[in-house]
Amino acid sequence: MSLADDLPKSAIVTRAHASDWRAAIQLAGGALTASGATTAAYTDEMIAAVEKHGPYIVIAPGFALAHSRPSPAVLHTGLSWVALAEPVDFGSGTNDPVRLVVGLAALDHDSHIETMAALAGILSDEAVLSELIAAETAAEVHAILGRVP
Amino acid sequence: MKIVAVCGMGIGTSVLLKMNTEKALRQMGADADADVEAADIGTARGAARTANLVLTSAELVDEIGAVPAQVIVIDNFTDVAEITEKLRPVIEN
Repeated sequence: MSLADDLPKSAIVTRAHASDWRAAIQLAGGALTASGATTAAYTDEMIAAVEKHGPYIVIAPGFALAHSRPSPAVLHTGLSWVALAEPVDFGSGTNDPVRLVVGLAALDHDSHIETMAALAGILSDEAVLSELIAAETAAEVHAILGRVP
Repeated sequence: MKIVAVCGMGIGTSVLLKMNTEKALRQMGADADADVEAADIGTARGAARTANLVLTSAELVDEIGAVPAQVIVIDNFTDVAEITEKLRPVIEN
């Protein structure tokens, strides 16, 4: 499967501006809500997760996987994509600053495994990833994702 | 060998780490000897009691606290080469 299947254009924001990590997660949450994957409450849950556990969601250089646990705020499994025009610090020792925030909403512990496998594939491909981060429009991101196996 | 990948929620980053750990084990030809599971920080202490190895991020090490298992910090969860390098001494031991 392609990541494009789980990432509608309504969930993609490019050249985004965020003043800090909270604003960056708010954009990712707003995109999940815009695509119908979550209610607005999920955004607060994602921010609360970082407040509680620290910026562990910054799992690779320049990349944050914003998420919380399955909850009534999750309407269906989905991803959002926020490429930041200016990188933002999350307070992560080794992986700051963040240029790409992917929001993840999951209904349970299992139904999004294929989506995560597709995401892992993208994240480990540096050439594709830098092309994706540089993309100027949602349509462009979607097109790049669509041609990645 | 039982390996537990730990994150805050057990659905996102730990799942990515579990996948890439399994990939690293396959590349080392050690996948038959190891079982990898993903856990959230709430259940990690319990899961770590029966595990040989815990993989997690620097931010969560203190929250996991003292467990009998060896704890290894992974900086880049998407970098199979880093995971392989950190796992190899344990696997080959």
